[in-house]
Amino acid sequence: MSKKVGIEASFAIAEAAKLARIDVAAAYPITPQTHIVERLSELVADGEVDAEFVCVESEHSAMSACLGAAATGARTFTATAGQGLELMHEVLYVASSSRLPIVLVVADRALSGPLNVWGDHSDAMATRDCGWIQMFAINGQEAFDLTICAFRIAEDPQVLFPVMVHLDGFHVSHVVEPIILLDQEEVDSFLPPFTYPYPLHPDKPLTIGAFGPPIIYSEAKKAQEEALIATHTTILKVWDEFGKRFGRSYAPVDTYRTEDAEIVFLMMGSFSQTAEVAIDKMREEGKKVGLVKLRLWRPFPFEELRRAVRDVQLLVVFDRALSMGGTGGPVCAEIKAALYGEEKRPKVVNFVGGLGGRDVLPHEFEQMVERGLALAEKGHERAYEMIGVRE
Amino acid sequence: MAKPEHEITWRDLAVGCVVTEAGSASGYRTGDWRSQRPTYDFNKCLTCGICALFCPEPCIHQNQEGHFEADLFYCKGCGICARECPTGVITMVAEEEQ
Repeated sequence: MSKKVGIEASFAIAEAAKLARIDVAAAYPITPQTHIVERLSELVADGEVDAEFVCVESEHSAMSACLGAAATGARTFTATAGQGLELMHEVLYVASSSRLPIVLVVADRALSGPLNVWGDHSDAMATRDCGWIQMFAINGQEAFDLTICAFRIAEDPQVLFPVMVHLDGFHVSHVVEPIILLDQEEVDSFLPPFTYPYPLHPDKPLTIGAFGPPIIYSEAKKAQEEALIATHTTILKVWDEFGKRFGRSYAPVDTYRTEDAEIVFLMMGSFSQTAEVAIDKMREEGKKVGLVKLRLWRPFPFEELRRAVRDVQLLVVFDRALSMGGTGGPVCAEIKAALYGEEKRPKVVNFVGGLGGRDVLPHEFEQMVERGLALAEKGHERAYEMIGVRE
Repeated sequence: MAKPEHEITWRDLAVGCVVTEAGSASGYRTGDWRSQRPTYDFNKCLTCGICALFCPEPCIHQNQEGHFEADLFYCKGCGICARECPTGVITMVAEEEQ
């Protein structure tokens, strides 16, 4: 039977990897992800999971080792954050184009400089186009559940893509919260053994990561893009089955108090829970405010997103990353692009904040509503405004 | 490969572009990288085979007369054979010249 325990989210993710009966983990410690692989290495050393834990000299090697392990048909897990994700960067593209179902948990962290180990989404946004399935957890329970689901999604014969599960560094990774952990029997019934269709094996030689000259590269990328878009169906199916079995349902886009809402926040990650507190207060004051939580980042859930914001007057998008010298928050740029062709669409304003671990408090979400209304009324010089910055 | 490469569509590719056919690289024409082509004065050829040993491709084989000659489907025109030939059989000429 599943049980509710008080546990740090990082430890719960290590439990998820254990319960998934991983074969291989290759990882390098980096704040704020370290507790995940530290705990997992203990579980492997204690014989609680029959896996190889490969200690590597860098994240580039970690992802390379995962790539090789997954290609043999091993269930493969790793975790990283911030600069570590950057060091993995080039190998991420090889994993997705080779269609290797690795599960990577990222405790999202700001990128240097200045040197900062705290949370924001700048590492995630730098890997936006790497061709992985990417999803954002809001709290420890989601991080645990989505990690279990990630293996099932990644390894589905209709999918065969690596999956990145994002959780906010420190704000989620280091928080001890009550989390319902599934037991081994439950996870076994949900997650069948992994069978990769093209495992590297001496009896049946094959080439992975082959050369793709100009005559075939376009076809390869088109095939990858079509396959990634098509994973949407399986993601829905897996989350739906998870909900039916264990009572916690996930969707690409979730809403909070959006019925009759005129002003709606949109964001990814843990700050949506702070926004909910602010929304409850504003609702008490009679303001028609709601929230859209974007969980699935790639493949982007265009239809669900458009449906969720169709009747809204003002959409306030909150980003924890900044595309410097460009369009402002990366999530907002995506939202605007998704809505541009719609006849009926809300006005969109963008705030960037929570950078490098800075807290954003409920009253600041209230300020975003006031300021957002003003910006929507009179327009603004830039595509975004920074919230919580000292002028 | 079932289809010539210029007829392969994105739907024809295996998952992850895995190549399941062994030795498929032999169908890859590296000869079109060439800017210089080896030409031969076989009267000087000792049939020693040094050119074949040094060929990095290795695409030099004995022809019916026993002389060593590059397979132009693969030869990249590096000129190492011409440099190593002890009797000067091989002269590299620019591709555009006859």
